[in-house]
Amino acid sequence: MARIFKYSFIFIWSTFVLIPLSWALVTSFKPPAAVNNGATFIPWLQFQPTLDGWKDITGISGYANLFPALINSATITFFATLVSLTFGCMAAYGLSRFSYGWKHYKNPDIIFFFISQRIMPPAVLAVPFFILLKTLHLLDTKLGLVLVLTSGLMPIVVWLLVDFFNQLPKEIDEMAMLEGCNPFEAFVRTILPLSKPGLTVAGMFSIIFGWNDLFFALVLTFTNVQTLPVAVVALNGTVTPFWTLCASAIFSILPLVGLAFVVERFLSKGGFAGAVR
Amino acid sequence: MMNLKLDNVSVEDENEVTLKDITFDFQPGKIYILIGRTTSGKTSLMRTIAGLIEPTDGEIFLGQERLDEVPIWKRGIAMVYQQFINYPHRSVLNNVEFPLLRAGVSKADAKAQAMAMLEKVGLTEFKDRKPSQLSGGQQQRVAIARALVRNTRVILLDEPLMNLDYKLREQLREEFRVLFKSTADSVTIYATTEPSEALFLGDELLVMHEGRIIQHGKPAHVFENPSTIDVAQIVNDPPMTILEAEIKDGKVNIGNLITFPTPSHLKSEKDGKYKIGIRASEVILGGSESNSEAGVVSLSEVSGSETLLYVKLNVGEVVLQLEGIHDYYIGQPVTISLAPSRIFLFNMDGTLCAAPGN
Repeated sequence: MARIFKYSFIFIWSTFVLIPLSWALVTSFKPPAAVNNGATFIPWLQFQPTLDGWKDITGISGYANLFPALINSATITFFATLVSLTFGCMAAYGLSRFSYGWKHYKNPDIIFFFISQRIMPPAVLAVPFFILLKTLHLLDTKLGLVLVLTSGLMPIVVWLLVDFFNQLPKEIDEMAMLEGCNPFEAFVRTILPLSKPGLTVAGMFSIIFGWNDLFFALVLTFTNVQTLPVAVVALNGTVTPFWTLCASAIFSILPLVGLAFVVERFLSKGGFAGAVR
Repeated sequence: MMNLKLDNVSVEDENEVTLKDITFDFQPGKIYILIGRTTSGKTSLMRTIAGLIEPTDGEIFLGQERLDEVPIWKRGIAMVYQQFINYPHRSVLNNVEFPLLRAGVSKADAKAQAMAMLEKVGLTEFKDRKPSQLSGGQQQRVAIARALVRNTRVILLDEPLMNLDYKLREQLREEFRVLFKSTADSVTIYATTEPSEALFLGDELLVMHEGRIIQHGKPAHVFENPSTIDVAQIVNDPPMTILEAEIKDGKVNIGNLITFPTPSHLKSEKDGKYKIGIRASEVILGGSESNSEAGVVSLSEVSGSETLLYVKLNVGEVVLQLEGIHDYYIGQPVTISLAPSRIFLFNMDGTLCAAPGN
């Protein structure tokens, strides 16, 4: 009974998630007639698929070329994630192993301070960030957007990794210190190699949030640096055909889907193996 | 050859005293056994020596050097934990090489020394495995190999056999005697809750209780002459039975139920109220004289090749250790008797009055 309930729930939920996605995928290959003359679903049976929508967004014909935006998005996400992971894992290690504090403010308060960066709605931060970047002459630059995204991504990384490091026995890094490593070496030589699964998960979160950021990119960049979400939104006008929009939506999530498959392989292949008893 | 000296070392904060005024001079080449109950401060003392806990008061010297001012990674102290701690991502060989490489030994020498050490602990054939692919006993051997391979000036072992099963414990304990022979230049400190390990391995026994060293000396001497009831309880497993008694008119009277003439080693004690202690292995089952008493079994457990019997008497509960495996049911009536010549006599405040001697 519980099994039937479980499987029907999974079925309904995945239908809920997959139908819009597959609809967008199918629509991106439709010719105009297949969209305008009533609903069609099955390629080759109900309509002859064309690549027109995809040609429209890749600069081969018509509307736009999304490749520069793709490269911008990839560069910005990559560097924002790199900075967040590099400094975030060090902050997380410190917060996991040492105690800091001033008066009655202790490590948990510092961790809360980190995560509170995410509690504020981004709209609150938009104006201060705008003024800050303008003063630093970083408006409409990749560096500016990397810095702003890092401020939002690092808290997630720290929050996830503190928890992960807390689960690794302290005795391992103590042992490394007893055997001649200073605290930084102990971290790099023993804790980091054991943290691949944690770093992967934190990195994935960071990439997903960075990749999908629309708001800051929209506010803080104009023409020089256009990220993929901004470019997709910019396409959205009355003149852009439906199939082109669908193609651009699929285009913008493809890299993440590909990445998800690779990471899933890594994690299931025993990223966690060799962890500690 | 350097001695390790602790001078009034304390670890305390406003809520809790972990260590109190520990002063002791550890000599190289000897094996010191720290014995005490689980929260007596054994681990804290070791962690303080290693530098993992900072003492709130006192000084630690290694030879002439102020050890407590040296950072952990420069102290050159090896430690084996109760849990089997190894680097999970390195092979057994790399685990043992690691401390040598950190100490600046060349790659070839490190490998040769690590292999020699693995040979000693009998793990040569497992050198390429990861620690997680070994059994608990083997993992602990890797940890011990890692601690001994460097020839450090101080070696700390914190209940290394605690998490192993009975058989492995006895086997590794034998091996320790041989392994520790090669550490003649080092101060070796070994913490345990097991009196048998202390008697088997130790040159010197330190009894810890509530953050203090309450007695120290040769293990056999401490065992025969526990200075207080606490020491007697700690160095006897199962703990010594303590009963209240009175000496009067040449007789020992335990709760008006058990009486016997004062044995010769207690003859010189004044009349009055005392506490008497008797070891579990020296309580006798059976007997029908005035030094015997009937009671019922409240618990019976088999430990290794011995049976422990907890017998409820009108004067209190007596623990009794029997050789071999016996079957008793709870509530079974039994008669036990005490051997008067094996009785420890304590003052009412818990200090030793007289011990039976050998």
